[in-house]
Amino acid sequence: MSHVSIDKQRELQALAERVAELAIDDGADAAEVIVGAGQSLSVKIRQGQKELLHESESHGLGLRVFVNHRSAVCHTSDLGEAELRRFVHETVELSQLSEPDELNELPDRHDLIPLGQSVVDLDLWDDLTARLSAPELFEIARRTEAAALGFSKKITNSDGASCDRNAGYMALTLADKAGLAFSGSSRGTYCSFSVEALCDDEGGKKRNASFWSAHRFFAQLASPESVGQEAARRALRKLGAQKLATAELPVVFDSDASRALLRTLAGVVSGGAIYRKSSYLCGREGTQVASPLITIVDDPLRPRGPGSRAFDGEGLAARRNVIVDKGLLSGYLLDSYSARKLGRKSNGCAGRSVGGSPHVSTSNLILHAGSTQPTALLDGIERGLYVTDMMGFGFNAVTGDFSRGAAGFLIENGQLTVPVSEVTISANFDDLLRRIDAVGSDLDERSSTMSPSLRVSKMTVAGH
Amino acid sequence: MHGHVAGVHPRHSESAFARLSDEELRRLLHLALSKGGDYADLYFEHSQTASYVFEDERIKTVGRGVSLGLGVRVQRGEATGYAYCEGLDEAAMARAARTAAEIAEAAARPGPQLIESRSIPSFYPVGVASLDSPAANKLELLRRGDRAARAADRRIVKVVCSFSEEQREILIVTGDGHRYSDQQPLLRYGISVVAEDGTKRQSGSGGGGGRYGIDYFAHKTPEHYAREATHVALSMLDAVEAPAGQLPVVLAAGDSGILLHEAVGHGLEADFNRKQTSNYAGRVGELVASELCTVVDDGTVSHSRGAINVDDEGAPGQRNVLIENGRLRAYMQDHLSARIMGTSPSGNGRRQSFRHEPMPRMTNTYLLAGRDAPEDIIRSVSRGVFARRFSGGQVNISNGDFVFSLTESYLIEDGKLTAPLKGVNLIGNGPDVLTKVSMVGHDFEMSDGIWTCGKEGQSVPVGIGTPTVKIAAITVGGTRT
Repeated sequence: MSHVSIDKQRELQALAERVAELAIDDGADAAEVIVGAGQSLSVKIRQGQKELLHESESHGLGLRVFVNHRSAVCHTSDLGEAELRRFVHETVELSQLSEPDELNELPDRHDLIPLGQSVVDLDLWDDLTARLSAPELFEIARRTEAAALGFSKKITNSDGASCDRNAGYMALTLADKAGLAFSGSSRGTYCSFSVEALCDDEGGKKRNASFWSAHRFFAQLASPESVGQEAARRALRKLGAQKLATAELPVVFDSDASRALLRTLAGVVSGGAIYRKSSYLCGREGTQVASPLITIVDDPLRPRGPGSRAFDGEGLAARRNVIVDKGLLSGYLLDSYSARKLGRKSNGCAGRSVGGSPHVSTSNLILHAGSTQPTALLDGIERGLYVTDMMGFGFNAVTGDFSRGAAGFLIENGQLTVPVSEVTISANFDDLLRRIDAVGSDLDERSSTMSPSLRVSKMTVAGH
Repeated sequence: MHGHVAGVHPRHSESAFARLSDEELRRLLHLALSKGGDYADLYFEHSQTASYVFEDERIKTVGRGVSLGLGVRVQRGEATGYAYCEGLDEAAMARAARTAAEIAEAAARPGPQLIESRSIPSFYPVGVASLDSPAANKLELLRRGDRAARAADRRIVKVVCSFSEEQREILIVTGDGHRYSDQQPLLRYGISVVAEDGTKRQSGSGGGGGRYGIDYFAHKTPEHYAREATHVALSMLDAVEAPAGQLPVVLAAGDSGILLHEAVGHGLEADFNRKQTSNYAGRVGELVASELCTVVDDGTVSHSRGAINVDDEGAPGQRNVLIENGRLRAYMQDHLSARIMGTSPSGNGRRQSFRHEPMPRMTNTYLLAGRDAPEDIIRSVSRGVFARRFSGGQVNISNGDFVFSLTESYLIEDGKLTAPLKGVNLIGNGPDVLTKVSMVGHDFEMSDGIWTCGKEGQSVPVGIGTPTVKIAAITVGGTRT
């Protein structure tokens, strides 16, 4: 069935190189080819019964060509020899529809990882994960759900427990008239499982919460029992949730909710948003954009990191970039194009998927943990809101206006008391980041956006 | 080729599935049922996409994409086995069928003896598919939009125009041997702008489309979308802090249909009700909204972004009344939920692509017109918010809490629109908010085709619509207390 082998990686790289050469032969000045392939298995158990077994083997190829500074980006899943030749030819032809843009070209050869130089090994592959079978995944899901349902009689239902494993491969090649300029490949595994527990509240409402574990390495996953119990605990503590009166309050974000704040920031420090003037952080480099307690880095080189990569989507060596240093905005995340638009050099932050052009993407985006124990973040708060869930898309990147739905708990005299739902929290994001007056020590490393809990001294909480 | 292909004029290229013989389809279904599944179906999809981006006064990017494959599904009881393959290689298709079969563990069942083509309705006939229209016409649409946006005002400092198009051919073969095929065109035009005035900056966007040919833009012109985008950016330059707390809110006709989509739509999808995870579970026949509310999900809205001649399981698109005069009538069903709940599919079984299993999804969801004049509705509010444009919404189907985000809204003072308001969220609880619908306008409008709905990682195009609506009180998430 699924053959898991390093040969797959070499095979994709050879294909990428061949297609890049085809494009140059067809008249392109330069070409960039990405090939991706993946095998995944995902299962779901609900009420102890199998609900879904989903298996996939996918592959695709993306090609970007440049002809006299005109470009086209195409993708296909048909990798037959004759089909690929036609695809390359059509892509080269299609570029003639675009108009010349001098800034649009491959990175300078000197900036690329040299041909033949091996890239750093970030330890992203786990044979055990790649080989997990459907019965093994079903068993993890079954145990997770059973732990949630068995936690308390008040847990009356479950939206099921899922368990997935993925093995992915990619190869990237850049070439121009002088020949190959970069060629690299990588592979990685990922496994995750989760469960959503429900309980019945008054008025026909149900309260739900999910919890999950994820890692590239199977052995480093949490136990199914601990994940199931945590989901149940989180659902139960929402029973009796109510609205709050509208007020300005201190707000503590748990590490889950903080992650969403960090994703919001990622969008406004990307080079694309800056040159398009679509960020409130345009022109703010070197200035205070957050509390001095805040340091944020993008670090692609973390061994076994969920978002780790040795090279970026344009063949540049990946590197650690500091975005916010003790509250000062130290730099934007740039790919080649946005860097040229801003008169600078790329700092290796291009992402590239089979289906699209290179664009800035974060790798492991990390807000450094602070020294405050998470429970101590509540100390001294007479009345405040502790946020565990956020909903909606209320962020204007140009102005920084931020307004989202929220749920969590009322904080009274340093303690969590009543569960809260159906409120919104609002502030200008610029103010929000500067008002952070405590950072938790509980960095959540499960996903490629990692944040600890945070305390914001004041936001508007709207309720009844 | 088989007959009865719905609506769409044949493309230049022949069907991607022409070479699939009935014999081959039968063989695949037999393989899928070889472990004793209750039901199996095949979903072939050939999707061609193209996109064009105009930025910095030039055609910056052009792109095309092709994807072709087969998804095989097998059901056994409430369980589903799903596998897919890229391309139509015989061995790969057989492997997918055998893999999906593994969900069952019993003796083989026979598949259908005969494969029979079935006809379906035609809700979006298109003369020439957009993908087959000359590219020059599309580039001209982008140039016109850019020109109009720049000419609108000297404060417009950034313009990005985009055009994307898709032609999706599907072939569905059901376990009972019925063969359905459809051609689904889809296009979308968009403009986003940034306005700058001194230190103030603001963004705005406009756009639309649907299941049309490129002639759609003879009526809805690039200049129209440029006006929309620049109007939003320029008016919102002077936006003031929005109020915080419970207020009456008037929702403009059209895009405000997002209220129905979030407040009740998702909660009425059958899977959540079959599994008892929705707060609308077991409430058919009950009053769940104000008697002014009749909510419909309708796959038959001509050329709308959410229209479907046939759903992704072979059920024809149809009009379903979900809530009638405030009373819950029915859920939106796919094949699996309908079978388990003992009812019929309602044409709501949809999927993102052949890589995904189908589930109950909305098509075009709207609120029927009422009797009130829109100006009377605004006039009835002494202090509240008038909401015109939105960036999206989200719902927690278990407790019913939903939000939607306003990108263009105004304060209502003494029955008149006054100051523009900064971006703000509204939050409410579905069944609660719908009981507070106190006036419904006679000015029904469908949204222009821009909306995409996400559920469990799958995106599908949808339509929404509503007349002007007044909600007597809902929480407005501004910053001014």
